[in-house]
Amino acid sequence: MKIKVLGPGCANCVNLERVTREAVAAMGIDADIEKVTDYAAIAGYGVMRTPALVVDEKVVLSGRVPTAGHVRELLTPYVA
Amino acid sequence: MSVAERLRARTPTRRWVGLAVAAIVWFALYELNRPLWDWLLLDVLGLDPAGRLGSGVHFFFYDTVKIGLLLVGIIFVVTVLRSFMSVERTRALLGGRREGVGNVMAAGLGVVTPFCSCSAVPAFIGFVAAGVPLGVTMSFLISSPLVNEVAIALLFGMFGIGPTVMYVGAGLTIAIVAGFVLGRLRLERWVEPFVFETRLGGQLIDSTLGLSWDDRIQMGIEEVGVILRKIWPYLLVGIGLGAAIHGWAPEDFFAAYAGAGNPFAVLIAVAIGIPLYSNAAGIMPLVEALHDKGLPMGTLLAFMMAVVALSLPELILLRRVLKPQLIAFFVGVVGVGIIAVGYLFNAVIGV
Repeated sequence: MKIKVLGPGCANCVNLERVTREAVAAMGIDADIEKVTDYAAIAGYGVMRTPALVVDEKVVLSGRVPTAGHVRELLTPYVA
Repeated sequence: MSVAERLRARTPTRRWVGLAVAAIVWFALYELNRPLWDWLLLDVLGLDPAGRLGSGVHFFFYDTVKIGLLLVGIIFVVTVLRSFMSVERTRALLGGRREGVGNVMAAGLGVVTPFCSCSAVPAFIGFVAAGVPLGVTMSFLISSPLVNEVAIALLFGMFGIGPTVMYVGAGLTIAIVAGFVLGRLRLERWVEPFVFETRLGGQLIDSTLGLSWDDRIQMGIEEVGVILRKIWPYLLVGIGLGAAIHGWAPEDFFAAYAGAGNPFAVLIAVAIGIPLYSNAAGIMPLVEALHDKGLPMGTLLAFMMAVVALSLPELILLRRVLKPQLIAFFVGVVGVGIIAVGYLFNAVIGV
């Protein structure tokens, strides 16, 4: 699984990366987490509110920092 | 159990009853605020309400509680209402609009769309790359911080409906006119080229779709926490300065230097306001204290608008997509608008 955390580096983006790592660790899945800070790349995903979460090139969340539990829910369909 | 789990475990009736109880408690606390501090500070501790220490200390405690309550209540309500609006929907509404009508719509949508300055750059790229005209995008980017829901709430709580309507009307006018002017100037050459080259890919996700009432309430509670955690230091410094001015500044000190008699007061207020990094919540106690000391409303509104609309950190962020010349035009046009509003209000309503 390939996960991207989109955000220029504000506090929200740091928080999103943290809860994502927590969720991945809790689920015990093998995921590659990458941070994307380039504005053109972020906008290229159609994202206008940071932070955003991209799983296997699909935007699953934008504009808020979810709980680790919520991230687990978002990741579940991709664990197959 | 997290807030979300607790909310989900509730039946709809219990959720609405809970909200009603919270609202009643809020009103009760708001009403009890002044009698409580009157009693505790003046009756029990025996402070003199007319003295420097007494009035300063009373201002500090009374204002801290009042502003805290106003922020909690208003941020919650605004966040729940805004959960029905999104940047994605705003862009769809603005796409293909001509300038003029587009500027008016963009300014209005800037007020109601949930948005924070750290998203200014991706939103700017998203708008421009989707074909929203540059000037219309600017109207949105100007009105969003300028007409601020926290400022609206606090102005209404402290000065009543008149100054609040003036503030909103002036903010919208500045955003519409400044965006229109920037659009007419054809400044596209001063936008970083990568913005126009960005191809929007992926499918848009509208984060507001499929939200339940419980989700919206939870977002409201979270947002109150996020904003209060972020602004409390500014708030306490602002109220502290306000209290000091209230208690210790000589009655005519500010009125003499920055009152209606000084033709440069508005210019100076805006010049001080731009680099002052704060937000509406931190600045409002100062505005209240200065108004009590005889500063005219126009000067104070101009000061407040300069602080919230032209913040240095946001300008630095915007540098990623705009060349310095365009940023200078942006600051110039918005600054002139704010100064004009300050002088106009001073001329029309005075102190």
